[in-house]
Amino acid sequence: MLRDSLAVAIPVGTYGAAFGAASIAAGFSILQTCLLSLLLFSGASQFAVVGVMGAGGSAISAIATGSLLGFRNGLYGLKMAPILKLRGIKKVIAAQLTIDESTGVAIGQEPRGEEASRYGFWATGIGVYVFWNLFTLFGAIGAQAIGNPSAWGLDAAVPAAFLGLVWPRLIDNKSRLVAITAALLALALTPIAPAGVPIITTVVIAVIFGWKKS
Amino acid sequence: MEKVMTPIWIATLVTSFICFVLKLLGYSLPESILNKPIVQRINSLIPIALLSALVAVQTFGIDKSVQIDHRLAGVVVAGIALRFKASFPVMMLLAAITSAVINNL
Repeated sequence: MLRDSLAVAIPVGTYGAAFGAASIAAGFSILQTCLLSLLLFSGASQFAVVGVMGAGGSAISAIATGSLLGFRNGLYGLKMAPILKLRGIKKVIAAQLTIDESTGVAIGQEPRGEEASRYGFWATGIGVYVFWNLFTLFGAIGAQAIGNPSAWGLDAAVPAAFLGLVWPRLIDNKSRLVAITAALLALALTPIAPAGVPIITTVVIAVIFGWKKS
Repeated sequence: MEKVMTPIWIATLVTSFICFVLKLLGYSLPESILNKPIVQRINSLIPIALLSALVAVQTFGIDKSVQIDHRLAGVVVAGIALRFKASFPVMMLLAAITSAVINNL
């Protein structure tokens, strides 16, 4: 089962290098980049923060977009709490490690019992945390060294990263419709709204489409 | 800390704080509070809407205008790579190379 966890942790961790590079390209320092991985530790939120700031958005827009993307980790916590049954500092650590991957492996191990589920959560969470932070540093240092991000195609790598993050979620017609509608709304708002606002506004689409069943 | 808090610092620290509180809240609230079907449905669609908006704006947006340039070529190649189940770093690398080559033509 450790193998399952590492099979998730290592490749996911290496995305950290992509984040590190994207963050530097967006104008963040190496310290700020590493702090995002250490403290925020949630890939989509991190990419959103650097993406919005890099596009000239305000801190408020970046905070709102990153936090809305972090909301699902809270729901994962609701799911994990009765399985992990933790208190005090262990609960705080588990909370920080509660992301897509650790929750996903833990739920995948549920048929083998709660013990296996707990083991999967911790092994994956700690593994991803270690590799994600290590590779963030590598990516940031690498991007700092190469200079002009646009000449190296980093300006296309960032939207590609978002595409890679949304891709596995486009599982049915409804999700694809939400994706296309949100993309069109954001582009329509770009000329008239301050940077970052067109992105947060698309939450309305999620609410509208999520309101009624199927 | 006599240095001014730049917007990047504020975004870094405040988002980190809020996201951590959200994670911790999940462990501190009773499951019934948020575990409603409608919350689940909206929650699963929020990342799709935001990430799709980010793809669009980062591909076409330049300040307050929308334009088609080398970035689109990179993102299209990324989409093709994803279609063929390329890994995340490979997909990003292909996007970057495509965009860089067209940009430097």
